[in-house]
Amino acid sequence: MSDIKPDVVLDTKGLNCPLPILKAKKALKGMENGQNLELASTDPGAVKDFEAFCKATGNKLVSHWMDGEVFMFMIERVV
Amino acid sequence: MADVDLGSAKKMTIICTKGTLDWAYPPFILATTAAAMDVEVTMFFTFYGLGLLDKKLNLGVTTLGNASMRMPMGGMQMAMPNMISMIPGVTAGTSIMMKNLIKKKGVASIEDLREAAVLSDVRMIACQMTIDLFEKKTENMIEDIELGGAATWMESALASDINLYM
Repeated sequence: MSDIKPDVVLDTKGLNCPLPILKAKKALKGMENGQNLELASTDPGAVKDFEAFCKATGNKLVSHWMDGEVFMFMIERVV
Repeated sequence: MADVDLGSAKKMTIICTKGTLDWAYPPFILATTAAAMDVEVTMFFTFYGLGLLDKKLNLGVTTLGNASMRMPMGGMQMAMPNMISMIPGVTAGTSIMMKNLIKKKGVASIEDLREAAVLSDVRMIACQMTIDLFEKKTENMIEDIELGGAATWMESALASDINLYM
């Protein structure tokens, strides 16, 4: 669980690579620096993918956790 | 905490030479993902890859000569004998089956990935020579394409950090 209140919540459950990344990018584009995006995914590859995505784009992967079978991510828009 | 050198955006050029359903995925997945990771992407479509630029896509996949193809059927991974591809309707049936599987598993369609690529400013270049060779019409292709030749690809490739041939 994350203590941060997200500014945007994105549900990508049921969508496979590369859709979670593409949808995250689209959401982040419409956000301000410092805002947080909470994203849910059922794609097992998502954990590695979001680490790589944040590293490459300079956005911050604040935290990731499991909510049952669902992978949850909190991303802060930095760039 | 960015590892990215913000001074020089990374570039990637992909040359797409195949037009079957299974070969359509790698270029579009990599192009859209790269664009999402701030890479400048150019896709060059030639020979059978040109079919990926048609407005109306009807991509197929064959069981013929696909020795490593295993379709999940009845809980097992079924290999496809070459002989069945001879039977009328099998190639179309396999293509439909694969498209249904793709939809079921929440994987994006090629149309959606292609649209995402265009929206992410991925540069799409169609090989002029192939268009002439196969007498294709650009009216039947999507709008956001440029026409070019081998030198156009060379220029993009020389400036790219990543060059992929698929």
